[in-house]
Amino acid sequence: MKTKRLDDATAWLLLLPAVALLGLFTHYPAVATLVQSFYSTPKGDRPARYVGLGYYRDMAEDPIFWQALWNNALFALGTIPVSIALALLMAVWVNDRLAGRAFLRMAYFTPTVLPMIAVANIWLFFYTPDYGLLDRLLGVFGRPATNWLGSKETALGCMMVVAVWKEAGFFMIFYLAALQQMSPALAEAASLEGASRWYFFRRVTFPLLMPTTLFVLVNAVINAFRLIDHVVVMTRGGPDNASTLLLFHIYEVAFRFWDTSYGAALTVVLLAILALLALGQYFYLDRKVHYR
Amino acid sequence: MSVAASRMAGERAGIDLWLETAAAWLLAFVWVLPLLYAFWTAFHPPAYSTRFDLFAPLTLENFANAWEAAPFARYFLNTVILVSGILAAQFVLCTLAAYAFARFDFAGRDIVFSLVLVQLMIMPDVLIVENYKTMRALGLVDSIVAIGLPYVASAFGIFLLRQTFKTVPKELEEAARVEGASALQILLRVYVPLAKPTYLAYGLVSVSYHWNNFLWPLIITNSVETRPVTVGLSVFASTDQGIDWSIITAATLLTSGPLLVAFLLFQRQFVQSFMRAGIK
Repeated sequence: MKTKRLDDATAWLLLLPAVALLGLFTHYPAVATLVQSFYSTPKGDRPARYVGLGYYRDMAEDPIFWQALWNNALFALGTIPVSIALALLMAVWVNDRLAGRAFLRMAYFTPTVLPMIAVANIWLFFYTPDYGLLDRLLGVFGRPATNWLGSKETALGCMMVVAVWKEAGFFMIFYLAALQQMSPALAEAASLEGASRWYFFRRVTFPLLMPTTLFVLVNAVINAFRLIDHVVVMTRGGPDNASTLLLFHIYEVAFRFWDTSYGAALTVVLLAILALLALGQYFYLDRKVHYR
Repeated sequence: MSVAASRMAGERAGIDLWLETAAAWLLAFVWVLPLLYAFWTAFHPPAYSTRFDLFAPLTLENFANAWEAAPFARYFLNTVILVSGILAAQFVLCTLAAYAFARFDFAGRDIVFSLVLVQLMIMPDVLIVENYKTMRALGLVDSIVAIGLPYVASAFGIFLLRQTFKTVPKELEEAARVEGASALQILLRVYVPLAKPTYLAYGLVSVSYHWNNFLWPLIITNSVETRPVTVGLSVFASTDQGIDWSIITAATLLTSGPLLVAFLLFQRQFVQSFMRAGIK
């Protein structure tokens, strides 16, 4: 019994540094954000006072908030299926014995290694009206210069392209790992039976990759809400908030207008979205997927 | 199947393969195009930044100009300090915690472990408002420590190492215990050496993540002495509107250079590390 208690003490000592820091920078701020959202932002000699749901009422009437939420939904819906499909395609190609697969793998994966801010700079130039490569390519077909990042219609779409470019290679890696663990006997058996490659992919490979797809999906959704470096660099949410995302709105409210309480209330919404995602994954997806 | 039919099937598969190879290469070309374009701009005089001429003179002047226009040497130093500091602290903290989760059976272990996993969903990246306040209360605003501290206790690292430690045969630990080794000695002599590939995998993922991280460093730093390269690059590219694209592109390649070169040299290890980190 004595050694058991000693073991317990050792375990807690081992955990202490990690748990303390995790509590201080993950659990405490998550709770503190919620509390803060009920109190007004202290300004000068005016201390914070309890305002109840005041900030949430403001939020309901904040058009930029709704725009950011809508943009974020569009951004997620627009980027995630495309990057997952491309990632799968890339992984199948790299895994097959296609000529030059080492080069293919490098080409697909390289954007992942670059900082998002460097990527944004490169694409900023790419999109430059008139001078940028995009306009010059389209100019060959007689299309007039377009202000890609400066028009409401195209700004968000341009961001999505950048995100897909950056992330598809990253997701490819997970598919590649899963494909390499699959038994080659499956493919041999299928080809003996005369199954086409597409049939084999649809009926065998894709279902077997389901756990990977869900893992990638969850990561992709988190990233869609977490990564805004490209917004900061390329458009600052403009023009007219056409390309703003939820975290970017939080950043602007809290660190440009220094309204930290409203920033906290907005963060609560973001945390709620992420928590829903976690719960959904835990209760629904895990059960459907773990058949192996 | 008759001989003729099987030959026809073989030919069709050959055409399919050829088409697929072509498509794969086309996608790869589209994928590297923006990078090639950046390289073109950075290595040629500004006059050629949008004019494609095979005989355009090559130059390193853009890199020299960029290097002189902003304190990039200092930014690089900051990033190196930041990235190595985070990595060292992560290795220590995550190893200790992972060992506790993998091999100790204490009350509340599963609850604490699920509390740790919360960080996989709710990352410090989104808790910027409150973490800024905490840093201000601690008097750490505008310091390299403040950039790294929220990331040091990494749920991902703890999870990854715990999985690895669990695969270590218990007999090894018992043998060491019989010889009178303490818990810490067992950890250092038995577990850590066996987990080397996991450390490499996690290390590469961590280094590339923190080399590239931008938003939190942007918020928490405001001086040359603390800014990492990513923030330095954004300050450089946004303040001087007059600077031409050749120099900005050169600076962009400069900041991603070390990681890019490391990746191209150790491609296999990079890809395998990311795969290893993903499977677990």
